[in-house]
Amino acid sequence: MVYPPKHSKEPPVLERGAIAWIRHNLLSSPFNIAFTILGIAILYMVIPPFIHWAFLDATFVGHSKSDCTGDGACWVFVKEKLNMFMFGFYPQAELYRPKIVIVSLLGLLAFSKFFKGRGVIKLALIIIFPLFAFIMLHGGYFGMPIVETQKWGGLLLTLVIASVGIVLSFPIGILLSLGRQSKLPIIKSLSVFYIEFVRGVPLITVLFMASVVLPLFFPEGVNFDKLARALIGITLFEAAYVAENIRSGFQAIPKGQYEAADALGLGYWQKMGLVILPQAIRITIPNLVGTFISLFKDTSLVMIIGLFDLLAMVTVTANDRDWLGMDTEGYVFVAFVFWIFTFSMSRYSKYLEKKLDTSKGR
Amino acid sequence: MSKELGEPIIEINKVNKWYDEFHVLKDIDLTVKKGEIVVIAGPSGSGKSTLIRCINRLEEYQEGIIKVKGIEVNNDVKNLREIRANVAMVFQHFNLFPHLTILENLTLAPVWVYKKPKKEAIETAMHYLEKVNIADQANKYPNQLSGGQQQRVAIARALCKSPDIMLFDEPTSALDPEMIGEVLDVMINLAQEGKTMVTVTHEMGFARKVADRVIFMDAGQIVEENDPENFFHNPESERLQLFLQQILNH
Repeated sequence: MVYPPKHSKEPPVLERGAIAWIRHNLLSSPFNIAFTILGIAILYMVIPPFIHWAFLDATFVGHSKSDCTGDGACWVFVKEKLNMFMFGFYPQAELYRPKIVIVSLLGLLAFSKFFKGRGVIKLALIIIFPLFAFIMLHGGYFGMPIVETQKWGGLLLTLVIASVGIVLSFPIGILLSLGRQSKLPIIKSLSVFYIEFVRGVPLITVLFMASVVLPLFFPEGVNFDKLARALIGITLFEAAYVAENIRSGFQAIPKGQYEAADALGLGYWQKMGLVILPQAIRITIPNLVGTFISLFKDTSLVMIIGLFDLLAMVTVTANDRDWLGMDTEGYVFVAFVFWIFTFSMSRYSKYLEKKLDTSKGR
Repeated sequence: MSKELGEPIIEINKVNKWYDEFHVLKDIDLTVKKGEIVVIAGPSGSGKSTLIRCINRLEEYQEGIIKVKGIEVNNDVKNLREIRANVAMVFQHFNLFPHLTILENLTLAPVWVYKKPKKEAIETAMHYLEKVNIADQANKYPNQLSGGQQQRVAIARALCKSPDIMLFDEPTSALDPEMIGEVLDVMINLAQEGKTMVTVTHEMGFARKVADRVIFMDAGQIVEENDPENFFHNPESERLQLFLQQILNH
């Protein structure tokens, strides 16, 4: 008996399209229907008033509080204080410097996106750019007056702390995770102790220690930059979390990968660097980005040691005698800026995951 | 079998190994000569994989001595490097590196460990990929290939460092039945070229066709060894007779 081959046919209409999606996802059971109605009711109560406040009744033009006559938000406040939100107390005359840094950073990102290969150049840029950014922001060279880190603030400070924290905690975290996997008992127990100790302490304590307690141990007259102390604290703190993320990646890698690398004759650093770490990092990308997103938001804690990040600028600007009571506008604006950054980070992580997935054809 | 065999290249002398309390290798004595094809058979848990994994020190042993090309297999870093350069292994689960392309899998060790120029490493890699009939897949990733193709790539990867000895650890056990043939064909070609091979396998057809010697292990010891003709037709020990009945008459 021979059976003739059958052609594939389309699924029935009710299984496709928007109606099918609604039936499956919104109206599949009485419970589900109730939730759908409740959800719509909540959205109806929240969204229209917000739109009225933020857009329809809001004031966009003007220069002072007195221009804000509507019932809605006073975006004039954000517009007038934008430089403070972005750069803190950075001197007006020198604002071109952080602007150059930001523009060149964006240029670099675009460059590395379209410029395939040549890892050496990218690596050089990773090392050269921070130097360039520091010289531009801090000054003291090429006739640029020095701008103390005390005056850095707003989004600029948030970005400096977050990017330094991410870039430096990553390699330290990798070393710690390798240490924790190590067969050498001393290295292993030191790494375990460090990781567990740091994970047992809140970031706010670390910052407080770095800012208040650490200087007590410095000799008389030595004053170590406050921002640098915060950066060291945050980096060392975050490294422990990065290490644990990467360790979870190690555990997902089959023993056969280690054995194949051994059998080919790879030494320890080659095995880890060329075979194990690239896979472990790939597996942990979602977790790593999650850690970095919370680092980005945690930068706000530097407020307690007297650094004025983006969030702290709301308090500063809304305490201005001319703009009293503008806290809501400030917080909404700052929340929006935070959201842009964290959301971009999570989209980028999705993109990376897809790009590095080698199980499907390219 | 009237094949000219060379000097002893693997010498295993009174080797004992324990996993905690479990005595997994018991007084193993085995000498493999250059160019010899040895097949190790036996029920699972008999220690046959453990034995060949001791030869390139993926496993350590506690007593006795193993020498490869006269070099003792021990903790000495220099010895280990020498041995790993001369002994290649093919695994049951292929163990290709999934984040690298086929070509990168093959050139990784030659470029990084044996410091070959990249161009030369690529040429060698392509040569071996052609040999295992898979050169057209060089730029794909391992997970895009079938099991049989992956195992052929793994064999090509093992060959890339021009090893004197090839160890095969159940190379066809994880494959779908219709893919076993293509891998065995590659192995038979290798055997006929005179490469020294030690193979743990259940493929008795392969043993019959190319082995110079077949070894039967059970419960951590070598129970019987013979040329394939006598191994299959005149098994002496009762345990081998039983084993052959089980695997040949199912």
